[in-house]
Amino acid sequence: MSGNIRLLADTLARAGKENRAALIAYLPAGFPTVDGGIAAIQAALYGGADVFEVGLPHSDPVLDGPVIQTADDIALRGGVRIGDVIRTVREAYRATGKPVLVMSYWNPISRYGIERFARELAEAGGAGCILPDLPVQESAAWRDRATKLGLATVFVAAPSSTGPRLREITAAGSGFVYASSLMGVTGARAADGEAAPTLVRRLREVTDLPVCVGTGISNAAQAARVARYADGVIVGTALVKAVLDAPDEAAALTAVKTLTAELAEAVRRT
Amino acid sequence: MSAMNSEESGYFGAFGGKFIPEALVAAVDEVAAEYGKAKADPAFATELEELLVHYAGRPSALTEVPRFARHAGGARVFLKREDLNHTGSHKVNNVLAQALLTRRMGKPRVIAETGAGSHGVATATACALFGLKCTVYMGEVDTRRQALNVARMRMLGAEVIPVTSGSRTLKDAINETFRDWVANTDTTHYIFGTVAGPHPFPAMIRDFQRIIGVEARRQILERAGRLPDAAVACVGGGSNAIGLFHAFLPDQDVRLIGCEAAGHGVETGKHAATLSAGEPGILHGSRSYVLQDEEGQITEPCSISAGLDYPGIGPEHAYLHEIGRGEYRPVTDDAAMQAFRLLASTEGIIPAIESAHALAGALDVGAELGPDGLILVNLSGRGDKDMDTAARYFERNAT
Repeated sequence: MSGNIRLLADTLARAGKENRAALIAYLPAGFPTVDGGIAAIQAALYGGADVFEVGLPHSDPVLDGPVIQTADDIALRGGVRIGDVIRTVREAYRATGKPVLVMSYWNPISRYGIERFARELAEAGGAGCILPDLPVQESAAWRDRATKLGLATVFVAAPSSTGPRLREITAAGSGFVYASSLMGVTGARAADGEAAPTLVRRLREVTDLPVCVGTGISNAAQAARVARYADGVIVGTALVKAVLDAPDEAAALTAVKTLTAELAEAVRRT
Repeated sequence: MSAMNSEESGYFGAFGGKFIPEALVAAVDEVAAEYGKAKADPAFATELEELLVHYAGRPSALTEVPRFARHAGGARVFLKREDLNHTGSHKVNNVLAQALLTRRMGKPRVIAETGAGSHGVATATACALFGLKCTVYMGEVDTRRQALNVARMRMLGAEVIPVTSGSRTLKDAINETFRDWVANTDTTHYIFGTVAGPHPFPAMIRDFQRIIGVEARRQILERAGRLPDAAVACVGGGSNAIGLFHAFLPDQDVRLIGCEAAGHGVETGKHAATLSAGEPGILHGSRSYVLQDEEGQITEPCSISAGLDYPGIGPEHAYLHEIGRGEYRPVTDDAAMQAFRLLASTEGIIPAIESAHALAGALDVGAELGPDGLILVNLSGRGDKDMDTAARYFERNAT
């Protein structure tokens, strides 16, 4: 069975034709429980997210702010395993038919086995991986398997990336390129300055890949501004926070669905 | 044999590399470029030398410890006295050099992680000297067991931020320092404290610590008339050990022995013995050995020594281990504390608990070598900071 890189490409292209940015949502697997996490992800997809990034919780999430750190911690203390992450992808995809990626630090995948992880992800109907601490130069073995199995490899570009780096990242990447809107860890912030539009413009000069913007986008107003110039808007921390702040699981699902619906409305350009 | 086979790309054999987020690539490349320029600039070497001699007090002494050595099979034992450096440990060697780099890069702010506080104190010291703003991240557990060093850093004008994530020790302090750096690369240099992290840190910090072995090799030739049978050092991240070992790499007859923190014993699972019990993996930007579970989650280390309480190790040590040039042995809390007391009571030198692991290793090596043996031990730091921990340990273990 082949992974769903095509579905990812078609989904992003269709959003563009509909004159809107795609909404890409993130939650870690196993948060607050494996089944609770699957329900929350499905709620986000039913609520209007076009694409989902399932986080693979890590003991040392160096790129994440306190909110996602807390979620990873809850998931790991609950005993989440990589098998649960794969099951989360499978159930999210089966229930909604939408593209589902995994976002992971590199050590868990490297340790689990590149071949094994890629095969299981493709079999589950996954669309690819975002690997924020795997540099392009170290990624050949992964990309080889991913390409053969129909999985996208999404690299992250930063405002500090040099021109040659942007060329490398986009030449090696597939699916889309993740443009980090600011310098810093994940988490809601007030700032949305010139860094993101400038980075998107620089990326468009070197690639035809869709450019999706994430990091620090937490509400509809920010999402609407980013949607004017990006192919996709990525929201993570705000969804995690909605789950954390909810008094119980039912309230969490409602909060996720409501926030996703607002964001899905906001990414329409008309 | 060379440990430098592909240092340009940041690899020691299969270990090292640069596993970092894109947002740090430009900053890390800037450090590598600036270090490259500094290496080629005689003014940098001159200025560093001036600081090391007139500010840090180098060269550090080499002290023979015959009363201690009676417990080491009668072998001769010499201590390289990094504890006598300004700030009380070998950390000052690296920090002064990186402070010079910080100034060359025109960055007004420095951040650092610290475990036992030795690197934090050295960094705070250099920042006071150079007029740089300084923030030190320290695991909350460590701020308690090394309270004296927290007070020292604050007196020196540094901001000390207790880290409450994860195991609240060195690993988590490093995570938090990286998080700060990602957001502040324009203004801030990360003075990494050990020979781990992404390229160029392992090779660059090794170069800055190399002076330990260069001096010690010369000193022991003068004093003992020959090279030692073994050079022994404690290993957490591994900066004092690589600093001692590197000058002896070509001397095949000199055994290089790294003493890892075995905590309650490797068999108990409560330890920080990364090469003895870890597996290859990626932590803090490089591939090396790591304490981890079968799904790549980093496991919590355990050691009485805050400076060795780390689930990773520098990639060059992983390489020396793999090719058999370095020997890495576990040393328990108990063995280290016995050596700690022994050195204090026989020689009037109170070592850092980190360095006491090397002393315990030397006692075993001496017993193996016998009276003809000659052992060089890196006394990487002094134990003032550890008096609380030691008092509590000996109270608990009173016989």
